[in-house]
Amino acid sequence: MSEQQASGADSQAEGITGAQSLVRSLEAAGVTDIFGIPGGAILPAYDPLMDSSIRHILVRHEQGAGHAAQGYAAASGRVGVCMATSGPGATNLVTPLADAHMDSLPLVAITGQVGASLIGTDAFQEADIRGITMPITKHSFLVTDPAEIPTKVAEAFHIASTGRPGPVLVDVTKSALQSTTSFRWPTQLNLPGYRPVTRPHAKQIREAARLILESRKPVLYVGGGTIRSGASKELLALAELTGIPVITTLMARGAFPDSHPQHLGMPGMHGTVAAVAALQKSDLIISLGARFDDRVTGNLDSFAPGAKVIHADIDPAEIGKNRFADVPIVGDVREVLVDLVTTLRTEQEAGNTGDYEGWVAFCAGVKQKYPLGYDRPADGGLAPQYVLERLGAISGPDTIYTAGVGQHQMWAAHYVGYERPNTWINSGGLGTMGFSVPAAMGAKVAMPDQTVWSVDGDGCFQMTNQELATCAINNIPIKVAVINNESLGMVRQWQTLFYNSRYSNTDLHTGPDRRIPDFVKLADAYGCVGLACESPDDVDATIRKAMEINDVPVVVDFRVHRDAMVWPMVAAGTSNDDIKYARDLAPQFDEDDL
Amino acid sequence: MAKHTLSVLVEDKPGVLARISALFSRRGFNIESLAVGPTEHAEISRMTIVVNVESSPLEQVTKQLNKLVEVIKIVELDASASVTRELVLVKVGATAENRGEVLDVVQLFRAKVIDVASDAITMQIVGNDGKIADFLRVLEPFGIRELVQSGMVAIGRGPRSISERGKPVAVPVPPAAHA
Repeated sequence: MSEQQASGADSQAEGITGAQSLVRSLEAAGVTDIFGIPGGAILPAYDPLMDSSIRHILVRHEQGAGHAAQGYAAASGRVGVCMATSGPGATNLVTPLADAHMDSLPLVAITGQVGASLIGTDAFQEADIRGITMPITKHSFLVTDPAEIPTKVAEAFHIASTGRPGPVLVDVTKSALQSTTSFRWPTQLNLPGYRPVTRPHAKQIREAARLILESRKPVLYVGGGTIRSGASKELLALAELTGIPVITTLMARGAFPDSHPQHLGMPGMHGTVAAVAALQKSDLIISLGARFDDRVTGNLDSFAPGAKVIHADIDPAEIGKNRFADVPIVGDVREVLVDLVTTLRTEQEAGNTGDYEGWVAFCAGVKQKYPLGYDRPADGGLAPQYVLERLGAISGPDTIYTAGVGQHQMWAAHYVGYERPNTWINSGGLGTMGFSVPAAMGAKVAMPDQTVWSVDGDGCFQMTNQELATCAINNIPIKVAVINNESLGMVRQWQTLFYNSRYSNTDLHTGPDRRIPDFVKLADAYGCVGLACESPDDVDATIRKAMEINDVPVVVDFRVHRDAMVWPMVAAGTSNDDIKYARDLAPQFDEDDL
Repeated sequence: MAKHTLSVLVEDKPGVLARISALFSRRGFNIESLAVGPTEHAEISRMTIVVNVESSPLEQVTKQLNKLVEVIKIVELDASASVTRELVLVKVGATAENRGEVLDVVQLFRAKVIDVASDAITMQIVGNDGKIADFLRVLEPFGIRELVQSGMVAIGRGPRSISERGKPVAVPVPPAAHA
């Protein structure tokens, strides 16, 4: 640590290479871990990296580096860093960059570029990665002048981590890395067009407080911005001060304790009946760092028809994008919540409180009448929901859970049970299959003292499981729960419901007849411990066994019932009013209760 | 749908035009006209963008543009409080017999002859879109052989300027330095 401080504090150097300047800049920016793979154009940077305090983790695919940096950022709140060479190395980062852009994760990607004189000549391993990633990054730089390296790196970290966080790409030419230059860490950044607003406007706060007090059926619609701004404590304060019901989106699971009686669960296509009903029937939606995504609103025209909207977001472009905001508040969610709590507390002391009694009772009634639930398979097989329920119960709320995309993701979102922010990490906006294992790896590097479970599907797992090698070799003992239903389960569910059970190209043959691959053997081949579980009777013992292994990664093949489906469900493009809590079963709301 | 004229001040850096045009295409907005050039500040360029959208998507256009790091400021210019100009160079067929008629048109519209050949005449005209459309309509019968038109540029009336310089941001101390 002292070495690092010395180099970080040493803000000048003469006669060094661009590559050395890059590594010193990363040190000065506070980087301690990088995920990456070397190659021709970035090669000069890898030499000084050997002498640096920065830990570089050699991954097996650049996509793994990108998702690991995402998991690192999501678990810790620090900027995740990944590094790759030009051309294919850089293009392999495209998916993680797009993913980080959608889910607002602070990321800096360093890529090598061919020498400046070769740009535009279709040189070997040349790709215009800055051009390619323009629409999927918060910002990007192409650096050809070695003297600019420190400034661009400083700007990249500033932009990635402030305002609405996001990915920034720094593409550095090989010629810049090889040239001799001087290193000067900047003391000021000149970004005249970048001024994120974090302080909410007092007038908007007063207006929001007035609407909250006037409303009779308010709901706190909590999005991922609440997690990114670290506002869980302030959210709890507002919720408990007012008694208003809370719903947390897929990106916000953990922002509010699942065990809290005011929590109605997750809204959206696979949301709980209570969360979906609360939005639909509310007269005031208080949106906190959420963006009215189509997976939450369903058909926008029939979404929450009677609700006014207070929309707080750090990104002004989110406000009013999909749904009109009666009270727009541009600002950091944490600061918005602090101000709202202060204002509402003053009102309360003056005797002004909201009257939500009937509404709270209605929401609690729906929650009680339509809880999350599932059927145990008739043949005694394993219900995937049961696996996740037990995993959450045994591993507990201090564990970090990551997920891929599909059925296992929805079950993990519903059944694990989250009590703290940054313990649920998934690919929400982009929906990237294969996110889970590398994200878990990154989370474990950032938070080595926390247990990290990667919940994955058998389809997702086969997209990125090569990073088990990285985990095994670099002492990153993650645990992987493969929810193996032998198929691309979510697609198969849609085929069951909307394509007359015609299962076109969704059978992955990871089931009992063929088991290609055998995940237990695969784990073993990667130097991990492989376990299998087929019966509900063995679930607890298997999880406990996995929990005891902390020196190497563990992969558990949970062989679950393949016909299990995710419920509740609002079919794509339909109204949230048409939610089904099980196949062909629609909830009945007693409107008189309202 | 209505036309809106946006004046956008941007940092004069490589790739800015690509970023802005890519943003319009990605978000499904149509650019009717776009002109870029230097300003009174060496490091700042000014784009005049004419878009044809409803006012609610226009708000999205400006908000999304504002998110681009290199975009410094966006001002929508109100037609009644601003002056707009386009430049057209146009070549029409004109022989000794009808050259006089063409020159009459040039004079009427206060256009300018910039090149003459034995059977053609090339003119330039500066004006707003209405004036240019009228000019071209009158020239049509002579046979327009070639036409090139600039994007629209626009400036607000009165003494004020839309440009102002931004302040530098202090570099935050990295977390490692506190450790």
